[in-house]
Amino acid sequence: MSQVDYADVQGLVRFGYGQLTSASYALLRVKNVAAAKAWLRSAPVTSAITQKPPPKTALNIAFTASGLRALGVSESVIAGFSHEFRGGMAEESRSRQLGDLGSNAPTNWLWGSYRQEPHVLAMFFAEPEQFDLFVQSAKGNTWGDAFEEVTWLGTSNLDGDEPFGFKDGISQPQIDWEQQRQTPCTQLQYTNIVALGEFLLGYRNEYGKITDRPLLDADAATADLLAADDEPAKKDLGRNGTYLVIRQLEQDVRKFWQFLYKQAGGNLGEAEELGAKMVGRKKQGDPLVPIQPEPIPGMDPSSVKQNQFTYENDPAGAGCPFGAHIRRTNPRNSDLPERRLSALRKLIIMLGFGPKGFYDDLTSPVRFHRILRRGREYGSELSPEEALQPAPPNESSRGLQFICLNANISRQFEFLQNAWIANTKFAGLSGESDPLLGNREAILGCPVTGDFSMPKAGNLRHRLSDLPQFVTIRGGAYFFLPSLRALRYFAGTGS
Amino acid sequence: MTPQSTFMVLAAINPARETELRQLLDSMNHAPGRVNRNNELIPFAEFDTLHFARFVILDDKTTEDVRVYGLTPRNYPLYLAFLGDVDGDANAFFGRLIKRAGKGLGRIFSCCEGFRPDTDLLTWMRQHDAPAIAAYVNTRGRTVRQIREEAALYDAIENYINKNRATFQNLAPRELHARLQNFVNTEKSAGRLTLSKESPTPFVWQIKNLLHMIGLPLLVLVVVLVALPLLIPLAAFYIVALRRLEKTDPEVCPTADQKHSEDLSRIEDHDVTNQFSAMGSLKPGLVRLLTTIGVLKTVNYGARHITRPGRLGRIRSIHFARWVFVAGTQRMIFCSNYDGSVESYMDDFINKTGFGLNASFSNGIGYPRTNWLVRDGCIDERKYKEYLRRHTLPTEVWYKAYPGLTAVDLERNTRIHQGLEASSLTNQQAAEWAALL
Repeated sequence: MSQVDYADVQGLVRFGYGQLTSASYALLRVKNVAAAKAWLRSAPVTSAITQKPPPKTALNIAFTASGLRALGVSESVIAGFSHEFRGGMAEESRSRQLGDLGSNAPTNWLWGSYRQEPHVLAMFFAEPEQFDLFVQSAKGNTWGDAFEEVTWLGTSNLDGDEPFGFKDGISQPQIDWEQQRQTPCTQLQYTNIVALGEFLLGYRNEYGKITDRPLLDADAATADLLAADDEPAKKDLGRNGTYLVIRQLEQDVRKFWQFLYKQAGGNLGEAEELGAKMVGRKKQGDPLVPIQPEPIPGMDPSSVKQNQFTYENDPAGAGCPFGAHIRRTNPRNSDLPERRLSALRKLIIMLGFGPKGFYDDLTSPVRFHRILRRGREYGSELSPEEALQPAPPNESSRGLQFICLNANISRQFEFLQNAWIANTKFAGLSGESDPLLGNREAILGCPVTGDFSMPKAGNLRHRLSDLPQFVTIRGGAYFFLPSLRALRYFAGTGS
Repeated sequence: MTPQSTFMVLAAINPARETELRQLLDSMNHAPGRVNRNNELIPFAEFDTLHFARFVILDDKTTEDVRVYGLTPRNYPLYLAFLGDVDGDANAFFGRLIKRAGKGLGRIFSCCEGFRPDTDLLTWMRQHDAPAIAAYVNTRGRTVRQIREEAALYDAIENYINKNRATFQNLAPRELHARLQNFVNTEKSAGRLTLSKESPTPFVWQIKNLLHMIGLPLLVLVVVLVALPLLIPLAAFYIVALRRLEKTDPEVCPTADQKHSEDLSRIEDHDVTNQFSAMGSLKPGLVRLLTTIGVLKTVNYGARHITRPGRLGRIRSIHFARWVFVAGTQRMIFCSNYDGSVESYMDDFINKTGFGLNASFSNGIGYPRTNWLVRDGCIDERKYKEYLRRHTLPTEVWYKAYPGLTAVDLERNTRIHQGLEASSLTNQQAAEWAALL
């Protein structure tokens, strides 16, 4: 086991650059290969080394599979990347899995539709007053020759709230950078510490295994790359890199609050309570279930009030509905439906003779499905009160430039999006997908997918019907965020 | 109780007719992965005892894998398999099927070896029926009819609640239960809802089932007693042999071909349920063969007599599944109908019942290395997923009788139905019942 060389990892894996409140993401296509490589060689890419004082600017770069092809990376190398990365987000079968149907379909996207993938993602971060200058200097003289700009995804600083007005980014997994975590066969307690290999290629993941990535023969071109931990004779192109998923999520803030306001009979306070049920947190970020006394391993001690909880004492969803956004995306469970159990009881559960309630043990263990979120908001702030007013003509859009990092797109991002967010049958529910992100499209045999159920202790559940679509996908792509060594390899290939 | 049965008509395809067969099968679909439920050849939807059906051409691309053992791949004929899961006896179903769709079946099977224009379809299908060595039924006795009636019941109750939201919102669960019982009784008397009584369990089936339940353990016991002196050395020999194989058997888990992987995805996720067909060759040698048979017989016994309805271990997303030897004991096919995406299916297996997965699949050539039969193996998740994807066959035609319903949906609907039939519930029972709505 070797220590992580932070100088080889792009900074975004370790830092969200929260202090650098200005950010913009350039989606590019390679126009001139030689010029693009020259620019990549000289680009001031920021590593994950801690700097004192912290940097005032940062640049991180990622590539799609077609981007790597455009740079002349050979098919045999590309074949070492995962199926989903090679296939791309906009592929038709994948759209069915991700719920990118109807108005979410890639054919309606502003960018990234099938075979129109951007090649390169360049993410610029800076303090506001330095931003323009930084972008200009980082672009340098060759940018225009090298790339055709597909679009720039702007961001805005909403002080930690997402556009609907709820505090965002509260819970993040803690990466086990020191590789101290002994991944157990069976994790009996929810933990927030996640194996390094879930977020960085070339290291052990939650199964104690190293995820597939391109391993190359040692030669002059690969001399600078690190050796693979599991096959020391091979050079590991993936090591210290990871996959980056980006999706532009346009949020209809007016539709959201107007719907809730109507459901609440014109009472804004009650509308906010309904909104909290959908999100799973109150606007300020407090969870809907009580904080537990015992600490959760790997949880930031400064966020006890908002993160020290699981749903163990809310098995019926009366506190936080099963379908609430944060309960779907992180059920905070362990590998077995019970804790503190004997070997015999464990065996009984494994053989299927454990809890027999309808809602028991329906959700997969979350430790295999964590993602590291690095997204930012875009568009202007709109308070719930303002959102109740009709939109002015030509109102500009707002939403989230969703970005997440994971070492295994299909098991992490895609599983979350498919099995937990878009799934209308999540956790024993029927007829509802994620209350915030669902596309509300009918599926075969199920005309209704726009419900939202809120179980009540001792009474019939409260159920909202006909939720409109609040979030529309405007673009998306799968990128590889290489290590700095791999970046140099790409920039040097064939030249 | 009407028990379910399965069939798998297995026949070698006449090579000269393969293209024609593929076209015929394609003609049963609206689009890849989307069956025409009323297609001309076999209008599946007209058979109200048919849960699932599929046609799959057993085009196993991994037959070359035996080379890792220094064996020469055999030139197997290409087989067509027609599988179904039905209520009641499979032979009786064949009769009804032939009566309605004999012509279509004849056209399909005429592309197979040994089927002539004058062949008697029923006899031929029975002769070609390949029995499963292990089969799993989510809930034995739950018929297509019951599933449809209970789905209609659920819809009716939900609509009724929706219309009377304000009244029902604050009722105590027992009161709610009584009100809904009244509603359902009214609907039943008005003929708008039907909830059929369970049919009596066929006597012959009961006897057979009982004999199987007692017989198999008895047989094992007799063998153990008779062979007791030999058993310890045999067991020791077996363990040593298996451990040696486990340490030396080569893994064959290359990344699945991208096009193959995308072709499979194209026919998936059109319904909340998916089909899965995977095929491969067994590792050579008696130890592996006996292990396979032993494990699968155990799985079969457990699934038939021990598991709780709706559960295969901790897994609740499988409707029907089976393992079948394909013409001999060298090759095997596993077919299932499961809910959700293939990724979540594989994750469920790895995380919830990895031990069972290892025991039943690790005798296949190339499976990720196991330890003591049940450990490791699929825990090497990427290898396992590539292995499985590589062995997966595209299913040509796939039919499900109840689109949009998952196995968990069926369980909920059955629980609602059972709760309604109960004349009185405790407060606790009523609250649990109300939580299903």
